[in-house]
Amino acid sequence: MANIVQFENVGLRYGTGQETLSDISFTLGSGAFYFLTGASGAGKTSLLKLLYLAQRPSRGIIRLFGEDAVTMPRRRLPGFRRRIGVVFQDFRLVPHLSAWDNIALPLRVAGVPEEDIEQPVREMLAWVGLAERAQARPATLSGGEQQRVAIARAVIGRPEVLVADEPTGNVDPEMADRLIHLFESLNKLGTTVVVATHDFQLLNRVAGAQMMRLDKGRLLDPTGALRYPPSMKGHP
Amino acid sequence: MSGADRRVLDEAGGLRAMTWVMAIMLFLTLLAAALGLGTRQSAQALERQLAGRLTVQLVEGSPVARDALAARTLTVLRAMPEVRRATPVSRADLTRLLEPWLGRADADADLPVPAMIDVDLATGADPDRVVAAVRRVSAGARVDRHQRWMSPVSGFLDTLTWLALGLVVLMLVATGAVVVLAARAGLETHRATIEVMHMLGSTDVQVARLFQRRIALDAALGGAVGGIAALAVLAFLGTRIAALGSELLGGITLGLGDWVLLILLPVGFVVLATAAARVTVVGALRKAL
Repeated sequence: MANIVQFENVGLRYGTGQETLSDISFTLGSGAFYFLTGASGAGKTSLLKLLYLAQRPSRGIIRLFGEDAVTMPRRRLPGFRRRIGVVFQDFRLVPHLSAWDNIALPLRVAGVPEEDIEQPVREMLAWVGLAERAQARPATLSGGEQQRVAIARAVIGRPEVLVADEPTGNVDPEMADRLIHLFESLNKLGTTVVVATHDFQLLNRVAGAQMMRLDKGRLLDPTGALRYPPSMKGHP
Repeated sequence: MSGADRRVLDEAGGLRAMTWVMAIMLFLTLLAAALGLGTRQSAQALERQLAGRLTVQLVEGSPVARDALAARTLTVLRAMPEVRRATPVSRADLTRLLEPWLGRADADADLPVPAMIDVDLATGADPDRVVAAVRRVSAGARVDRHQRWMSPVSGFLDTLTWLALGLVVLMLVATGAVVVLAARAGLETHRATIEVMHMLGSTDVQVARLFQRRIALDAALGGAVGGIAALAVLAFLGTRIAALGSELLGGITLGLGDWVLLILLPVGFVVLATAAARVTVVGALRKAL
């Protein structure tokens, strides 16, 4: 399995404060499923921001798709971002656009002709069970529905990596199961999935998934790799 | 991106209000431009009318000698290629001109009224050569160049023209500044949406295009409203000036080229607003990751 993401001794500091992330080293294999866990404030969101290129590290090396993401010129970032789907913790749907237009947005950003957008958006809406709510605006959708729109928007461009920040944080257990199944089915299609969660119940629901644990900005396994398959009993 | 995403900025109230700001700015700019173009036309017309005109005054105590001198001067002037037309001012016309000050001057035939000759110069003629020729005939002859005594009026019109040009430049700068402020306010209002668009892989130019399209639309709409209002006011002023029958004000007209320029000004406004929006937005986005 080829490595799609590589972090080496990465540190992140906001302003002049203490490091939010320190000495982070790991690699993510293509087509695998990862959970990133840790208590609130452990640095999960910061780590994901580095992963989806919303932030550059203060130090260390990050390689994405085989290229140095730290020194990458700004003009090249959009092309890389299109290869990464992101489900934000707060969904970040565009409030003035319908569910349909929110889901279509990545394709339009990528310049896909309008006639080639309709079918994938319709399929995606059906996939997340929102076919009937296509024209609804985010404000009229429930938390779970907004979550599913955000997921559909993240995956419609068939990204190579899907990053989801607490995707089950706002939904009931039944909906959480459905969302995890969505991620699994996407993963089976070849997408590398990284899900940040502090819900340990989720970890055993995906067979073969691997886990990284963050604590106070540091990976608990400093050697880097992953390490606590959910099937293992008594993991830290 | 396609036009389907224009609604992303639809609720930008600040941008919508810009339509009216642009309408007012363009209205004032067009009036200032029309003032400048009109006074320039007037100054040029005055220049054309006066630059080629002289009046020769011949002062001689003896009426016989004065008439002889006038005849000689007239002969010399009419022989010159620089002179298109030389016309003696009749005694009756002179008397009429002097009547307000001297009463019925023709009652006193001994009154030493000077002989006067109106001279129209040929196009491009050097008036100094004509003056020199007159002086050779009569060293005491006085030559009035109309251009000289009308120069304060001409200078005033030139000042108005430059003032109008200055106003137009100021309005254009102010328009650019308004667009920059509106674009920055829009960026602030839509910061969250722009962040999402960046994370989805939007380029700065794609985001800037949303703003510049919105601002271009507002500028076009404002330009149409302000432009139509300004042109209507100008047409109304034109009829009022024509009704005055004043020779000086009558010269304040707009030529075909001027009208074309005034009609093109709103287009320039839209281009300026669009460019200012693009430069502002792209510049601001470059500061983000």
